[in-house]
Amino acid sequence: MLEIRNISKTFNPGTVNEKRALRNVNLTLEDGDFVTVIGGNGAGKSTMLNAIAGVWPVDQGQILIDGKDVTKLPEYKRAAFLGRVFQDPMNGTAATMGIEENLALALRRGQSRTLRAGIRNQEREVYRRLLSTLGLGLEDRLTSKVGLLSGGQRQALTLLMATLKKPKLLLLDEHTAALDPKTAAKVLETTEMIVNRDRLTTLMITHNMKDAIIHGNRLIMMMDGNIILDIRGGEKKSLTVEDLLHKFEEVSGEEFTSDKAILG
Amino acid sequence: MNIMNLINALPGAVAQGLIWGIMAIGVYITFRILDIADLTVDGTLCTGGAVCIMLMQSGQNVWVAMAGALAAGMLAGMATGLLHTFMGIPAILAGILTQLGLYSVNLKIMGKANQAINVDKFDLMVSLRYIKGVPFYKNTILIVASVIVVLILILYWFFGTELGCSLRATGCNDRMARAQGINTDLNRVLGLMISNGLVAVSGALLGQYQGFADVNMGRGAIVIGLAAVIIGEAVFGRVFRNFGFRLLAVAFGSIIYYFVLQIVIWLGVDTDLLKLLSAAVVAVFLAIPTWKSRYFSRTAGKGGV
Repeated sequence: MLEIRNISKTFNPGTVNEKRALRNVNLTLEDGDFVTVIGGNGAGKSTMLNAIAGVWPVDQGQILIDGKDVTKLPEYKRAAFLGRVFQDPMNGTAATMGIEENLALALRRGQSRTLRAGIRNQEREVYRRLLSTLGLGLEDRLTSKVGLLSGGQRQALTLLMATLKKPKLLLLDEHTAALDPKTAAKVLETTEMIVNRDRLTTLMITHNMKDAIIHGNRLIMMMDGNIILDIRGGEKKSLTVEDLLHKFEEVSGEEFTSDKAILG
Repeated sequence: MNIMNLINALPGAVAQGLIWGIMAIGVYITFRILDIADLTVDGTLCTGGAVCIMLMQSGQNVWVAMAGALAAGMLAGMATGLLHTFMGIPAILAGILTQLGLYSVNLKIMGKANQAINVDKFDLMVSLRYIKGVPFYKNTILIVASVIVVLILILYWFFGTELGCSLRATGCNDRMARAQGINTDLNRVLGLMISNGLVAVSGALLGQYQGFADVNMGRGAIVIGLAAVIIGEAVFGRVFRNFGFRLLAVAFGSIIYYFVLQIVIWLGVDTDLLKLLSAAVVAVFLAIPTWKSRYFSRTAGKGGV
């Protein structure tokens, strides 16, 4: 479904702020894979997701989605294949537009925008039904401005928007990190529900080791712009936090310094 | 200070306010919808007037001349849009560059610093002579008001279409827009074209109204546009929530601006100081949202349920 071949990215090359964010990263996802991504700050997790989404061009390497080379496609064209949820709840929605208007924008992802009505009546029924699955009461507030919603509500809505038109790949960039624990758990639960329902191929970055272990069928850990661990199948199922810490020390050759960012 | 002088001046103020209101609606599109302060308009206003008057002088009818002005304005908007998106120049600077370039373009269009058009020899759509003592269908106030209503209806329809919605999303949150597959660069160019097209139409009407186009006629236009947007929002913001009515509020804001201007002139204030006064008033109004959040509200927590 997704194939990353040997991609590298260096920010601010040739300056004192030079940062080699991705170093020859290779990754292949199978159809229906739900991969959790962990790693410390600056490990390259978000950079990898942004490279896939096409926020900026990569320095080298190729990115294939469903066998199609998208390396040269601009971000807005790649969006046809991707659903994205960001860390900051403010980033995923248009605050001054209504809930239904945001959903209508998302429904047309991958289509050219014409002079037909931006939202049609029969869509509203679909939106109402889908919003009710979130259990947040948003189905009765279709015309409310999204700016009036809480962070958790906005993240749940963004999740719905990202998956309204079934994406080939769902990219979740620490989408629960800015929420309080209770809301984060609820949004994760919704994520799990949608991913299972639509059998979505998913890449989910998280700061929380426990979440990374509980969710998905595969776990990768990144460090210094490399993928240093790739655990899947039965091994992933029986994984514990201690195992993970142990493996980390084995691979990196460093003692794990109880990095709060990783433990979460 | 004869009150009759003021009352006699008011219809003119309304007509001018309405004509500038079209420009203010253009400013609203960039400033409020696209979230860009587009300084191109200072040049585009004159471009519109110049193209309209030169076309009419060369024997074209008023509708062709107006269409020419619209097209010229849209080209100017496209120039700023491409400077901003394709060449990566910050929006404000892109607007300033186009505006400066337009000064030369406007001089070349007119061949000199100003060109007059005689209301008796040409069949003009509006004129300051058509305010009193003409049949109602020739009345400038009525004609400009109708033009505004038609423009608002078109804009209301457009911003409700798929394309229009994607344009609003671009201005509101361009990162989200791109993630939803919206070509934000194209939309910015398109928005600037629509805005400057409206400004040029306003310039074309203004040129006819005052009977001449002048290379300096657009100086400070952006400030008048912003003043109209801000006054409209301040006065009608709580009443008008619908998008179409918001545009109407901008036009009303422009009328109020010219009303106040007439009163200030009537009070005998030195007219050399008017631009300074306008700038100061707009500055204060632009500061209000910042002051409100800094001094009058508790900081809201980020995120949360």
